[in-house]
Amino acid sequence: MSNIDPILLLTAIIIVSTPILLAAIGELVVERAGVLNLGVEGMMITGAVCGFVVATMTGSPWLGFAGAALGGALLSMIFGILTQLFLSNQVATGLALTLFGLGLSALMGQGYIGVKGPAVPDLYLPLLRDIPVLGPILFRHDIIVYLALAIVLGVWLFLNRTRAGRVLRAVGENHDAAHALGYKVVRVRLMAIAFGGACAGLGGAYLSLVRVPQWTEGMTAGAGWIALAIVVFASWRPGRLVLGAWLFGGATALQLALQASGGVQIPIEYLQMAPYLATILVLVILRAGRAPGSLGRPFHASS
Amino acid sequence: MIRLERRPEPSRAWTIATPFVAVALTMLAGGLMFAVLGKDPVEAIRTIFWDPLFGDFASYSRPQLLVKAGPLILIAIGLSLGFRAGIWNIGAEGQYILGAIFAAATGLAFYPAESWLVFPAMILAGALGGILWAMIPALLKVRFGTNEVLVSLMLVYVAEALLASMALGLLRNPEGMGFPGSRNLAQYPSAANLDLIPGTGLHWGVALALIAVIVGQVVMTRHQLGFRVRLAGQSPRAAVFGGVNPGWLIVVCMGISGGLAGLAGMFEVAGPAGRLGIDFNVGYGFTAIIVAFLGRLNPIGILLAGLLMALTYIGGELAQLQMNLPLAAIQMFQGMLLFFLLAVDVLTAFRFRMGRRVVA
Repeated sequence: MSNIDPILLLTAIIIVSTPILLAAIGELVVERAGVLNLGVEGMMITGAVCGFVVATMTGSPWLGFAGAALGGALLSMIFGILTQLFLSNQVATGLALTLFGLGLSALMGQGYIGVKGPAVPDLYLPLLRDIPVLGPILFRHDIIVYLALAIVLGVWLFLNRTRAGRVLRAVGENHDAAHALGYKVVRVRLMAIAFGGACAGLGGAYLSLVRVPQWTEGMTAGAGWIALAIVVFASWRPGRLVLGAWLFGGATALQLALQASGGVQIPIEYLQMAPYLATILVLVILRAGRAPGSLGRPFHASS
Repeated sequence: MIRLERRPEPSRAWTIATPFVAVALTMLAGGLMFAVLGKDPVEAIRTIFWDPLFGDFASYSRPQLLVKAGPLILIAIGLSLGFRAGIWNIGAEGQYILGAIFAAATGLAFYPAESWLVFPAMILAGALGGILWAMIPALLKVRFGTNEVLVSLMLVYVAEALLASMALGLLRNPEGMGFPGSRNLAQYPSAANLDLIPGTGLHWGVALALIAVIVGQVVMTRHQLGFRVRLAGQSPRAAVFGGVNPGWLIVVCMGISGGLAGLAGMFEVAGPAGRLGIDFNVGYGFTAIIVAFLGRLNPIGILLAGLLMALTYIGGELAQLQMNLPLAAIQMFQGMLLFFLLAVDVLTAFRFRMGRRVVA
């Protein structure tokens, strides 16, 4: 343990938690609108490959992130159309989206395995970056880290302080009542699903462009599922979402640091289990709050 | 304007017709995808669906059909029971791995002693491994209300890490020159799961899958468990009033699906795969979810869907060899099949109507 640098560890936690946080905040909005999209993993990996391909082709990581958000949103619309217009089972459709996304991404990324993508520069924050200890931990990251936190804040403001946010929550709590009040249930939900897809796409691109940074098949390795778990853990509240993402990031960063330090006599395979076991543990210990009332139920106007 | 109108009763005709319509649509859309990839769509579809059965190398690929369909059907039958009751075991892949690990460990513990007891012991161990792994999400759900989808899925990643550690450590072949992977169980006569009729691919696991189809059909239509499962799926509240204990149902459904997945892993490691390596699992546990839905959660349907899915696997490998088609394209193709099925499914419960709604 002695040769783990705490500053590096805390910096790593922020990097590791960012993709999960992005995917989770998108899914949080989707679930607050009463839709359960289990396709986060598929949208994330599609975002990862879209982001990487666009960024390498154009040489611009920013266009890569934009492409990833677009790719994730487009893929989520398959789910949106099937569940909202064709009233398909949300659990089955979400799983299909994940399987489809894993195949699609492998196909798209074929020529990009082992290719080096463009570097994402750190956001240069003068003065702040030079603060001892806090500077390297908090203020020397790329802009996406701050964007992720800004999106969380934005979602909190949207849900609690705007009329549109209240409509979205009403749709998620009781879609029949919301429909009776004249709100467009299906339209609201489709927009929420697209937002969720875009966020998952961004999260995936953060993996392939910043964290790894490379394209490999199946590189999300369950990050999308962990994002889903964190939404439950956060009781569908944005504030606790950040905490959940950091907790998970902590478990991952710590096991990576232990692997690198070589000081502990635990086989790598057992260390790799840590983030998943930590997620299960968190799900067990922290009883989730009440889920949105209409979560996962199909809506048909005539019934 | 086109709108949807709920049918008074789900259409029986459409329930049977939708899988066929979905397969046809997938072939069309898949053909389009192959054309975009610069391959001849007709040849691609023929290579995937026709050549494995009737092509030049059919004598090699036909037995493979049963080898691949066996585990898919076995796992899907178990999953369908829970899915009908609204219990979502998504981690069959992990239970499959644990079944294989338990079975391989049991078999290797006897090596090189020969006894007729080894194989049955491995079967029991395989089922036990799957059941134990499935009990984790089941008991956590019953006791703490945790989401079984997430827990069972997280455990897939844990199982994969465990598999790697076994293949590289405890169960590694001591005479394997340091290569990862266990001894080859298929070459250990007491543990080998060989073809019952040589050259057909019909091993013990396939036989058990066929038995599972029959037992599944009887349980769903004739047995009290099937009634409780259907009741819980249609109306959880009514099921509670009807005397169904929800916790009991979760444990039973998860246990059966885990046990069958574990058995599938056992028969695979003792037969077709032979050894426990780091790349032992190839996604049967996930594909079985598609098989279960494609088969309409009905045992006979699952039998047919499992054979079809096995066909796309073999056809996909063939297309990869002959047409240089990426294997990922087949994965996408399978995902598309499920999408089309879910989309066409709307026709069983609803019908399309033209024109404005008439106020009755």
